[in-house]
Amino acid sequence: MEKINLTINGQEIEATKGMTVLEAAQSADVYIPTLCHYPDLEPYGGCRLCIVEIENMRGLLTACTTPATEGMHVTTESPAINEVRRMTLELMLSTHPCDCLECHRRERCGPYDVCLRHVAVTDRCVVCPSNGTCELQKVVDYMVVRELRVSKDTKSVPVDISNPFFDIDRNRCILCARCVRACQEITGVGAIDMAYRGYAMKVATFGDTPLMDSICRSCGECMVRCPVGALTPKETFHPEREVKTICPYCGVGCQMYLGVKNEQVVCIRGDEEGPANHGRLCVKGRFGIAEFVNHPERLTTPLVRKNGQLEEASWEEALAAVAGKLGNYKGDEVAVISSAKSTNEDNYVMQKFVRAVLGTNNIDHCARL
Amino acid sequence: MTEVKSNNGNKQRTIYICQGTGCVSGKAFEITEALKKAVAEQGLQGVNTDFTGCHGFCEQGPVAIVEPEGIFYACVTVADVPEIVDSHLRDGKPVERLFYKDPVSGEAIPHHKDIKFYNMQQRIILRNCGRLNPERIEDYMATGGYESLKKCLKEMTPEQVIEEVKRSGLRGRGGAGFPTGMKWEFLRNAVGEPKYMICNADEGDPGAFMDRSTMEGDPHTVLEGMIIAAYATGSSEGYIYIRAEYPLAVKRVRLAIQQSEEKGFLGDNIMDSDFSFQLHVKEGAGAFVCGEETALMASIEGKRGMPRSRPPFPATSGLWGKPSNINNVKSLATVPVIIARGADWYSSIGTEKSKGTCVFALTGKIANSGLIEVPMGIPLREIIYEIGGGIPGNKNFKAVQTGGPSGGCLPESYLDQSVDYESLAAAGSMMGSGGMVVLDEETCMIDIARYFLSFTQAESCGKCVPCRVGTKQMLDILERICRGEGRHEDIDLLQELGKQITAGSLCQLGQTAPNPVLTTLRYFRDEYEAHINENRCPALFCANLISFYILPDKCQGCGICLRNCPTEAIVGDKRMVHVINQEKCVKCGTCLEVCPERFSAVVKVSAEEVDVPSEPIPVTAEKPQTST
Ligand SMILES: Cc1cc2nc3c(=O)[nH]c(=O)nc-3n(C[C@H](O)[C@H](O)[C@H](O)COP(=O)(O)O)c2cc1C
Ligand code: SF4
Ligand code: SF4
Ligand code: SF4
Ligand code: SF4
Repeated sequence: MEKINLTINGQEIEATKGMTVLEAAQSADVYIPTLCHYPDLEPYGGCRLCIVEIENMRGLLTACTTPATEGMHVTTESPAINEVRRMTLELMLSTHPCDCLECHRRERCGPYDVCLRHVAVTDRCVVCPSNGTCELQKVVDYMVVRELRVSKDTKSVPVDISNPFFDIDRNRCILCARCVRACQEITGVGAIDMAYRGYAMKVATFGDTPLMDSICRSCGECMVRCPVGALTPKETFHPEREVKTICPYCGVGCQMYLGVKNEQVVCIRGDEEGPANHGRLCVKGRFGIAEFVNHPERLTTPLVRKNGQLEEASWEEALAAVAGKLGNYKGDEVAVISSAKSTNEDNYVMQKFVRAVLGTNNIDHCARL
Repeated sequence: MTEVKSNNGNKQRTIYICQGTGCVSGKAFEITEALKKAVAEQGLQGVNTDFTGCHGFCEQGPVAIVEPEGIFYACVTVADVPEIVDSHLRDGKPVERLFYKDPVSGEAIPHHKDIKFYNMQQRIILRNCGRLNPERIEDYMATGGYESLKKCLKEMTPEQVIEEVKRSGLRGRGGAGFPTGMKWEFLRNAVGEPKYMICNADEGDPGAFMDRSTMEGDPHTVLEGMIIAAYATGSSEGYIYIRAEYPLAVKRVRLAIQQSEEKGFLGDNIMDSDFSFQLHVKEGAGAFVCGEETALMASIEGKRGMPRSRPPFPATSGLWGKPSNINNVKSLATVPVIIARGADWYSSIGTEKSKGTCVFALTGKIANSGLIEVPMGIPLREIIYEIGGGIPGNKNFKAVQTGGPSGGCLPESYLDQSVDYESLAAAGSMMGSGGMVVLDEETCMIDIARYFLSFTQAESCGKCVPCRVGTKQMLDILERICRGEGRHEDIDLLQELGKQITAGSLCQLGQTAPNPVLTTLRYFRDEYEAHINENRCPALFCANLISFYILPDKCQGCGICLRNCPTEAIVGDKRMVHVINQEKCVKCGTCLEVCPERFSAVVKVSAEEVDVPSEPIPVTAEKPQTST
């Protein structure tokens, strides 16, 4: 890929042609705060935090939308930039409920501690599912905002809990539109968009219905990209360790990490390195694994019917039983049903086996049932 | 001045009724019908009834012109029709009572060309508005219409057309003032097919109606400009984006496209050349922000109308990711004239950097409001006092707001300021869309800043934080200052917010939204201080900061105020001095209005105590001499 050279904060940097200024900076480990940018989404330029100065270009430009070009001179920190960034961040915070954000004690406070600043319990960062992973917290810490010059103006609209897997708490939403773009660009569903204008703007479904009454597929691609605690799973877990695996639900082969706590699967994370899914999952993979894997009635060994009773058996035993019986039938006397949970390759081999070895076309697949 | 002939009864005459939207709302359609009917009933030979687009003098609408004499009738009603027909169209005697009266001298002026409002203007963009029937392409062609297109196609290369427009110095009339020829060159040199030419007819600024008037009054000039632009830039397809609230403009532009196609000026192989251009009308849904070029293109694509950052610029990646150019209606309407009369002629008008003419929608506290077109460089004073006829009611000038809702308010010291892109920008205002609102001494500058900001705040698309949240914060502050709850730190905070919103917003809507606040802070800071520090509104406007009192030494106890007060806040009796209960008063000002002028017993004050009795007392004032 063609390389270009540019200077960021006086440092010579080599970047790939086609990168934005933000991507070029990130590739060289130069931090630029941003909240609306997300690596696999189209640039948006809405949060205005990533503004930079570029020689010979007018005004402050958003690094996330500006293409990096050969010989560019970029400055990512200056008094002018910081003034705008700080005001922008303060304005964003004025609409965000967590007063803890501006508090230096934020990390030390527990849910039941007495707040010396009289922040309402419901408005405390500790009660937010995203506490600790919240990107807004990180930017606030980076900018060291300890006081707002503008007045607080938060809202209290009902949380949309209609979806069985995740909630939308619009009171915490910073309108970065990551969710909207994810739903349009990643899933191609377009269940949500920005509705209304200006200060009244909000993430909404068509007709502003509860999420569950929309065309939403519950994939949660929106949720995983939300930088704050506005789109959060019904339950948040902090796993002890993660186990890399492949989703068992279908033949696509999405890679994922199982979050494990007390030897139970508690949560799922798509693996961004997974070549088949790049971190994306569908509703089954994202929300349907833990319950199914942890279910007490889940089969963990093959069962063989002996004297009318299903009994646990080893794989060798079970396969031997099948192979032994199959020999008694010919051609259309048998039918075989394969599983959607197997890989494409296994299913391919199965139909080959049925047609070429058993000599019948009676082969089907559970996904068609 | 030609004499008004009173005895040319048998002459050929045409009466043109203005059918611009303003006059239509004043029943221009009905007037036209009534005229037609009356003329037919009388069987008048040689008398035609026709209509035109907007004359610009909407203040005086509905207006009509009788040609060939050029007699101008103002404020015509259906009831006036019989007299016009009998006296003027039949007997050749113009109806004097319908003549326009000069607001200063009071003199009746019969001829269109003698009216100051018109004769100080120089009309290039609006040259045909009010002068031809916009629904007939033949009328346009009779004025030399589509000759410029012919000249371009037959005698000029696209590069030569671009060069001519560049040399003319034409700059975009959509607000930013970017050189039109340069924009065309960017598109011509851009790589990618097809290329799109877009006409911005969204015109969302409150009070601006020049683009609408141009489309309603002379749609073909816009089309001709657009076809020339398409030829010069190599565009094969075009859109005119018109707000849906302009149904008449949409109708006339659609009709013009159809007529133009029939004549072979649009479509395949225009005028037998190998240049083809397809033109579509796209109706916008009325969001102000959709006038911003990138939002407009998103809207044509069927997406939510939100601006996006540039670069990439539309010339490289515009509509559907293809190279595109977008020009305002007025920029395009100027092009045929530049081609016809030459770049040298055009660039001889205006100032060094701002060439040609500009159109303003003159409103507010001004005698002649309406649409005017003046050469760049004209001083504000001339517009306001000569063309506009000054401020009515003997009030003093306070400020003029130019550039639409995101423009700035300039004080009296700027009255001799030249009107052009650079000078207005240097003063903190802008040319913008050409709104011009005149404010008099009774206008509170904080209230006016609040008014304009409330528009931009409501129209913010919501995409970016400084504009979405920042303008709301500024508006909240202005509202509390107007309520008398301003805080000492508010002025600094407004200044700081304004500065950072200007620097940090994505598009010009946010970048310019603080302008009315920043300019009033710059030129009328004392008014802010009076509100905050003294709870005083110097213009005596902000309801929370003013009080009405009835002066005991003037009140005659007539009781008119008592009967008119909507909240029964006034107590009194016959021959008793009336007293206003300040708790109940809602500051509507009715008492001040109705108190007979010869008594003038009611006063309006701000942050001032007036010594009045707490209860009605017998009247002591002497009866004023009733003069005359
Ligand atoms: C909020 C906003 C509203 C705008 N509205 C209009 C409009 O109604 N008409 C217009 O011609 N330009 C409007 N513009 C300017 C356009 O973005 C663009 O600059 C213009 O159409 C270019 O045409 P010109 O070069 O002929 O001036 C607006 C810009 C902004 C930021
Ligand atoms: S869960 Fe999936 S389909 Fe539903 S809104 Fe989010 S991204 Fe769209
Ligand atoms: S819900 Fe989350 S991702 Fe969506 S706009 Fe709000 S903050 Fe951004
Ligand atoms: S400045 Fe305002 S109108 Fe422009 S993109 Fe930002 S929010 Fe939208
Ligand atoms: S200002 Fe209005 S409400 Fe107050 S006393 Fe006068 S008439 Fe009544």
